[in-house]
Amino acid sequence: MLSWLPENVSTFGGQIDTLFYVIYYITTAVFFAVQITLLVFLFRYRDRPGRKATYTHGNTTLEIVWTAVPAVILAVLALVSRSTWAEIKETQPPSDFMITVEAKQFNWEISYPGPDGKLDTPDDVHMDNDFHVPVNKVVRVQLKSKDVIHSFFVPNFRLKQDAVPGHLIPVWFKATKPGKYEVPCAELCGFGHSGMRGWVYVDTPEAYDAWARDHKVGPAGTTPQG
Amino acid sequence: MSEAIVHAEARGHEAGHHELGFFRTYVFSTDHKQIGKQFLTMGLSMLVLGGILALLVRWELAWPETAVPGMHWVPEPTMYDGIIPPETYNAFFTMHATIMIFFAVMPILVGCFGNFLIPLMIGARDMAFPFLNMLSFWTAVPAGILMLASFLVTGGAAAAGWTSYPPLSAVPSYSGVEWGQNLWCLSLIVVGASSLMGSVNYITTVINMRAPGMTWFRLPLTIWALFITAILLLLALPVLTAALGMLLFDRLGGTHFFLPPGGGEPLLWQHLFWFFGHPEVYVLILPAMGIASDVLSTFSRKPIFGYHAMAFSMIGIAFLSWIVWGHHMFQSGMNPMLGMSFMLTTMVIGVPSAIKTFNWLGTLWGGRIQFTTPMLFAVGFVSMFVIGGLSGIYMASTPVDMYIHDTYYIVAHIHYVVFGGSIFGIFAGLYYWFPKMFGRMLNETLGKIHFWLTLIFFNVTFFPMHILGVGGHMRRIYNPTQYDFLKPIQHWNVVITIGALCLGAAQLVFVVNFFASLIAGKRAPRNPWHANTLEWEAPTPPPHGNFPGELPTVYRGPYEYSSPLVAEDYLPQARRLEPQAAGSAVGSAAAH
Repeated sequence: MLSWLPENVSTFGGQIDTLFYVIYYITTAVFFAVQITLLVFLFRYRDRPGRKATYTHGNTTLEIVWTAVPAVILAVLALVSRSTWAEIKETQPPSDFMITVEAKQFNWEISYPGPDGKLDTPDDVHMDNDFHVPVNKVVRVQLKSKDVIHSFFVPNFRLKQDAVPGHLIPVWFKATKPGKYEVPCAELCGFGHSGMRGWVYVDTPEAYDAWARDHKVGPAGTTPQG
Repeated sequence: MSEAIVHAEARGHEAGHHELGFFRTYVFSTDHKQIGKQFLTMGLSMLVLGGILALLVRWELAWPETAVPGMHWVPEPTMYDGIIPPETYNAFFTMHATIMIFFAVMPILVGCFGNFLIPLMIGARDMAFPFLNMLSFWTAVPAGILMLASFLVTGGAAAAGWTSYPPLSAVPSYSGVEWGQNLWCLSLIVVGASSLMGSVNYITTVINMRAPGMTWFRLPLTIWALFITAILLLLALPVLTAALGMLLFDRLGGTHFFLPPGGGEPLLWQHLFWFFGHPEVYVLILPAMGIASDVLSTFSRKPIFGYHAMAFSMIGIAFLSWIVWGHHMFQSGMNPMLGMSFMLTTMVIGVPSAIKTFNWLGTLWGGRIQFTTPMLFAVGFVSMFVIGGLSGIYMASTPVDMYIHDTYYIVAHIHYVVFGGSIFGIFAGLYYWFPKMFGRMLNETLGKIHFWLTLIFFNVTFFPMHILGVGGHMRRIYNPTQYDFLKPIQHWNVVITIGALCLGAAQLVFVVNFFASLIAGKRAPRNPWHANTLEWEAPTPPPHGNFPGELPTVYRGPYEYSSPLVAEDYLPQARRLEPQAAGSAVGSAAAH
């Protein structure tokens, strides 16, 4: 079933997919174990002439086992998920490439620093929905919203983060393969929610530099936001 | 406490002496059984409406922006010659979920089964507060009317999702919805009041009015489930009501509770909503778990496996349900540190659900399983609930949730829990207690056809949603073909919609069975399933006051099937054995 996952092209996407697979294997095994047991019981213990049901109220040992086993499995899953989560959302790797994405009904408004190399200055370069980033570089996105809650979703990066008005939420990614990837809005944001999407173009360094020159985009934002 | 008992006793006695008029018997009845049936009528009608809304949503997703057959009559701007516009689409899925949760599943599981079963199963003549009970139903009715009226006002019904996240829900110009959203808030405030009245009643009744001998650990698990559900509702609903009030003030009174320009905080709504919302999820599933437990034990002809573990795991679920709400908010911008703790609590809440599942399997093990329609639905419940439970582990893991949050994976999960769980539980309960409710048996052949069609098309409808979710398909989008990355999986949307149409059609079998059996079904004997619990001691259908003469006395737990003490394979709770045998029965009841 996981073959339906879109191609992963970000550094942390692989970790997420690994977790996805681990949980997939565990749950699939439990699924078959339980459903097959259920079917076997239904067949074996079906009502037949002369059959008498076993009179029992339970078995303490069994109950302790089937309480402890899922508890341990689930605790381990939480632990292994923990470090990946911390890496993606809690600690942000250092970055010298920063852009702002401001969501509004029903567009992504992208801001790059202008020639001064700083964001939130008058020479910022603005564009709608489509934006370019260099491959193999940590890109920091300052996520904002002008009106309602949107969600910045890049399926190929396994990245999702709500954009909340009144909040400035940093997210990051490092794309590993040049290409063109869709950026849909994942949180219901009004009648135009469907179709609110942009494209992120992951360019080779040369292609990115050429694009940046053409669009008067400065050396990407080294200054924290104001 | 004793006053309530005396009051109920008095009512039971006086009931036999005079006939009530038509209105007091059928409309403004204070009889818990009649009120239960009223909630059932309301719930089933709303289930039909909610289902139709779901099919309209499904049509749009499979064949976007094409005319829905037979819907050309719907006036603009709701539809354009049968084509659903995006505004209406948003209103349809919002109202589908709202109606299903608050006006279909809750009225049936809690309103109908709670009312009908609690006094009968604990051996009481009625609820502790019969008038409050009537008021509870007649408060739910105007709430339903307000909700339905919202379709008719300018701007249409609420369209910000059943979760109604502000600012979208708080500022009319963002959603284009005017009074629809206000009515949505008002309706939920009113229906919340109705549920509160019911909860107070259920809690008081279970605590105070159990029949002699009905100790806590002789209660059927259905009653445990309904009791815990009532406590959850009592504590959760005020939080929702407060949040709804704040949302209304933001919309109408110029406040800024949830609006950043005035210093408000949109995430506050999410915290309040999910603080209510997660216990609410268990409100929708716990009664179904209780019903499934009773039905599985009865038709396995075997005591429930691990009765105490079953009761305590429900209590455990209820406690934990208060500290997991943040798992709905992993990607919301909430401090990621909180994500960690909520992930852990969410993983932990999986444990009691696992215990219950294994205990259900343990109940079947070594049984003498009779495949009646209620049993089929109860087994279906276990099987489908397992899928819903397992898919929940994916989103409990915060990093995986980052990808599947707000996708069809979540939609698949909730429908395996609420349809595969709650609605299968509802059907199990209806087929099981219909004879007691209406005095006639439902037709078994039609019941089995209904079960198999429902099981098959339920899975055709909802299983492929996992695939859509893995493919990244977002929830609540109007036209999936607008996205390049979803084009390769669009055919699944067509499969799902065809499955949903068949699933809807399959329910007609139940409708036919329900009405045909109501009028001409086989007369139900007092205890058609040879079950142990007290409701089967009452005549069929039970008279006003439930138990003619003395209230039954309870001698043992509810699941004494295939007991070695008696020749038959069941030993009712109220059956008194000869002193010698009774002594050992009490001994065995105390031992487990």
